[in-house]
Amino acid sequence: MSLILENIDHVVNGATHIEGVNLELAPGSFNVLLGRTLAGKTTLMRIMAGLEPPTRGRLLMNGEDVTRTSVRRRNVSMVYQQFINYPSLTVFDNIASPLKLARVPKAEINRRVNETAEMLHIEHLLNRYPQELSGGQQQRTAMGRALVKDADLILFDEPLVNLDYKLREEFREELRELFKTRNCIAVYATTEPNEALALGGSTAVLHEGRLLQYGRTDDVYHRPKDILSAEMFSEPPINIVPAMVSGSEVTFDRNIHFPLNQDLENLAPGQYHFGVRASHIGLQPQADDDLELEVKVDIAEISGSETYLHVRNDLFKLVLHLAGIHEFSVDQSIKIYFPTHKIYAFDRSGGVVHIPARPGVQ
Amino acid sequence: MTRSVPTTPDTVRRQAAESAAKRRKLARGTATRWRRRTLLGLYLVFVMLPIYWLLNLSFQTNTEILGNFSFWPQNFTIANYTRIFTDSNWYMGYVNSLAYVLMNMLISISVALPAAYAFSRFKFIGDKHLFFWLLTNLMAPPAVFLLPYFQLYYSVGLFDTHIAVALAHCLFNIPLAIWILEGFMSSVPKEVDETAYIDGYSFPRFFVTIFIPMIRSGIGVTLFFLFMFSWVELLLSRTLTATNAQPIASIMTRTSTASGIDWGTLAAAGVLTILPGIVVVYFVRNHIAKGFALGRT
Repeated sequence: MSLILENIDHVVNGATHIEGVNLELAPGSFNVLLGRTLAGKTTLMRIMAGLEPPTRGRLLMNGEDVTRTSVRRRNVSMVYQQFINYPSLTVFDNIASPLKLARVPKAEINRRVNETAEMLHIEHLLNRYPQELSGGQQQRTAMGRALVKDADLILFDEPLVNLDYKLREEFREELRELFKTRNCIAVYATTEPNEALALGGSTAVLHEGRLLQYGRTDDVYHRPKDILSAEMFSEPPINIVPAMVSGSEVTFDRNIHFPLNQDLENLAPGQYHFGVRASHIGLQPQADDDLELEVKVDIAEISGSETYLHVRNDLFKLVLHLAGIHEFSVDQSIKIYFPTHKIYAFDRSGGVVHIPARPGVQ
Repeated sequence: MTRSVPTTPDTVRRQAAESAAKRRKLARGTATRWRRRTLLGLYLVFVMLPIYWLLNLSFQTNTEILGNFSFWPQNFTIANYTRIFTDSNWYMGYVNSLAYVLMNMLISISVALPAAYAFSRFKFIGDKHLFFWLLTNLMAPPAVFLLPYFQLYYSVGLFDTHIAVALAHCLFNIPLAIWILEGFMSSVPKEVDETAYIDGYSFPRFFVTIFIPMIRSGIGVTLFFLFMFSWVELLLSRTLTATNAQPIASIMTRTSTASGIDWGTLAAAGVLTILPGIVVVYFVRNHIAKGFALGRT
């Protein structure tokens, strides 16, 4: 079972929602669609499911063109952000409904529904109605309905957004377990880079209807193809600062110069954008070649045991992601340390030209 | 004697809240409470008075009605009711009315369900205009359509049949039903439909087994409104019928005979005409407000 999207375009009333998406999903893979709201995640999933035909392009399932095949004839299932169940049916009948429609024998239905319910920990709720359940249990029911039939393609459209934090973590872990043994393609849409990282598998980064990058999740994370992809796939977004390379020196912030270290020495002279992740900038130097910068504090967001520190100087703004709670007063001058060996360099058109080496990773 | 002054913020806040509560309580004293009760009581009296008076009359004899002014029946009698239930001229009026009302409800709901679904789920050319045009049907007075209906039905032989009145009432009942049902249907997320298709439901099966149960309160409210509008409509039903399908409201207007008006029977018939409405409204009492808002909350 493989799914290939060829040059998919989707235009609604003259507005392009999806533009030239080419994607090949391998059998048994777990794929994350990552992108902000309006990036086209839901539209793309609806096209994959067959709920909407693409304006242009082809959709191949197992090498067969299914672009115009109706959703009823495709073996897919989908879980929505809202908890969608049939309120007039019990949880058992909800989960059993795809099997009943496929005329599976009764004993088999019983067995599979119970098996699925057990897997999702809702076996004690089978006689209840969806309205009598909590949000998490309702979503489990919806997932049960999606998982009970052996669909070739299972689509999750931000299924955990309406659940609380703890439940989300629990679900994520279970989901990964569930799909280890299955040989179907799973597609999971999310807006959160951290969720994509936690789920693993492969990630497709979407932005304004275009596919920026597709590959193994940690690969996409560590080796972004361009600035946009790097910005989409980090929370808080990666810090971008303009810099100039000339001769053997980097000019940074117009007046800060530092020599090209061995990481960066291959860069040709010219203008660049340097990217550095928020968690890599620190308040203490981490290495000898860290660059010391004098900045002013804009605001310190403290969330739980982490601090997002927004700082600025005359030319750019930076965000630091610090572990622990740090309190600063506004406009306080502080020194931060910029790791020169963890810099991504992008050329002026946004393409990546340098990716920092990761110790221990080839 | 020393006077303690609160110092901690908590105490200050607590004392402020206490004194505010005391002031509010004083302001909302017995006088206000009684004024409210009186106003509400008066309102109820004025609303219920005509209904009580009808009930009162229906248990009196004609001599008492015309003779003296009494707040309750002096010579309690159920003769008026017995008369209605034994005289086929009278009770057939109810049968006729019920017959065409039920027919109309059936026709209207079965036409309005698919139409409302289309308006709620699909986009098509002119959908908004068509939808509004439906509403304008409710604005035209039925008298406008009286002559064409009469002429048309007479020439095709539908005059004085139940179905004639049922069809005529569709004029205002179908648009009303579409509007109410569309509101209820639009509050069901479209994703439910899609999930059903993904699960493999065919459209008719989904519509009957999944969708209709989801909007059953809406259907109940719609049926109530269809019933009420058709039940109270007099002009069309009277004009389009003669004797075979004559509605009760029409029969009630013909109680004046050579010996004068039969007030008691008329009042009893009035009471019996109110009853079905009360019964129907009981079933949809929890959803009726949403119905008046045409299904939109």
